[in-house]
Amino acid sequence: MIRVVLPYHLRTLARVGGEVKLDVEGQVTQRSVLDALEACYPMLRGTIRDQVTEQRRPFLRFFACEQDLSLEPPDAPLPDAVATGAEPFLVVGAIAGG
Amino acid sequence: MSGVRVLVGTRKGAFVLTSDGKRKRWAVSGPHFGGWEIYHLKGSPVDPNRLYASQTSGWFGQIIQRSSDGGKTWEAPGGGMTIVPGEMPRGESNKFVYDTSPETGKPLTTHQWYDGTQHPWEFKRVWHLEPSLTDPDTVYAGVEDAALFRSTDGGLTWRELAGLRGHGTGPGWHPGAGGMCLHTILLDPSDPGRIFVAISAAGAFRTDDAGKTWRPINRGLKSQYIPDPNAEVGHCVHRIAMHRSRPSVLFMQKHWDVMRSDDAGDSWHEISGNLPTDFGFVIDVHAHEPDTIYVVPIKSDSEHYPPKGKLRVYRSRTGGNEWEALTKGLPQRNCYVNVLRNAMAVDSLDSCGVYFGTTGGQVFASADAGDTWDPIVRYLPAVLSVEVQTLP
Repeated sequence: MIRVVLPYHLRTLARVGGEVKLDVEGQVTQRSVLDALEACYPMLRGTIRDQVTEQRRPFLRFFACEQDLSLEPPDAPLPDAVATGAEPFLVVGAIAGG
Repeated sequence: MSGVRVLVGTRKGAFVLTSDGKRKRWAVSGPHFGGWEIYHLKGSPVDPNRLYASQTSGWFGQIIQRSSDGGKTWEAPGGGMTIVPGEMPRGESNKFVYDTSPETGKPLTTHQWYDGTQHPWEFKRVWHLEPSLTDPDTVYAGVEDAALFRSTDGGLTWRELAGLRGHGTGPGWHPGAGGMCLHTILLDPSDPGRIFVAISAAGAFRTDDAGKTWRPINRGLKSQYIPDPNAEVGHCVHRIAMHRSRPSVLFMQKHWDVMRSDDAGDSWHEISGNLPTDFGFVIDVHAHEPDTIYVVPIKSDSEHYPPKGKLRVYRSRTGGNEWEALTKGLPQRNCYVNVLRNAMAVDSLDSCGVYFGTTGGQVFASADAGDTWDPIVRYLPAVLSVEVQTLP
């Protein structure tokens, strides 16, 4: 079971409270986690990565296990602690005012 | 008794203001989608409970929201679980993809950038949603970077009407300070094939075949801030408006100049007349008097607040040129708000109501065609858009 932590506005949009728990088949990567997330919560399509290019939106970053994974290839394996559910995969919005 | 529903989009959410036909006491609902920019909300003319909203964010992109109960509850079309074995979910309501196929559009991929170089078209947000006059599931979306999309399934899927972007002048379009946005869509009630749109900073355009082919309709516009003041495109049109009984007469608030066309945009002439400044963003037409029009003059360059700190709506009862200041109930000192292009609307009750919202968070209403004004709300986030539904 993969744990994903979403920023506040995406939790509101997806109507979820705390962490999202996902079943991910095969290797656990950024792509497979986001595919599973969007399959369960279609309203999130396009909000984390572009629907056509699948590029991460510029004001969002990915973290796990105190590592910045934002620039890692989307098909690179995520840390074992994420794959086992010991640690969450964090989708983090850039901090900005306004 | 009939009533009105005022749909307000702000920098930090949507608000729904309702009243009976007297328009004295108001109920305020919201914020809906708190924290998100709501560029525009609008209701279907054939089903007043069907509303569409553009919910957008620099962080999370574009969401389309839809209500089927007059704004009490909302859903993102396609946002629910659509489980088809072996397939990805089909929710596509947020998907706006420019059409560059040779079959349905021309493979136009660049427009002019601020520095004069060519720049790729990049989708940013939906500025305007215009529901069909006949079908509640059909709705048009004007977007930034400027293009026109249409959905025929209630906002679930969107297809570009690519003939606009590909008709030939696109490489000459360029963004204004607010981006290169298609912000106005007018559907001709007498001719289903005719649609008018306006783009900053490109100008006004018209189709007579329901969106297949388009042409610029900017003859008569003069813009001193572009290299050729009389150019075919490049004009910063802020808003156009029509009266539904006379759709070939158009009124325009341009970056500077208030203009009028009596031939569906084929030619324009200036009607600024005695306005204190002919800069502004909004323009609208009285619901029952096709020659009564409203603007809110704004000081510019770049100040973008009312002249002398006095918030005044100007009304012409002669189709332009002769304007009177409407001040009763509006702040006449120390007022430095703006009224953005989508932020004025009229109702169609017997005594026409006029409404506008400000960047200071007020929504003002007049139940007597502009003679007197009262604030419905005073402390909303900056208002981006105001639309009104007249309810049975």
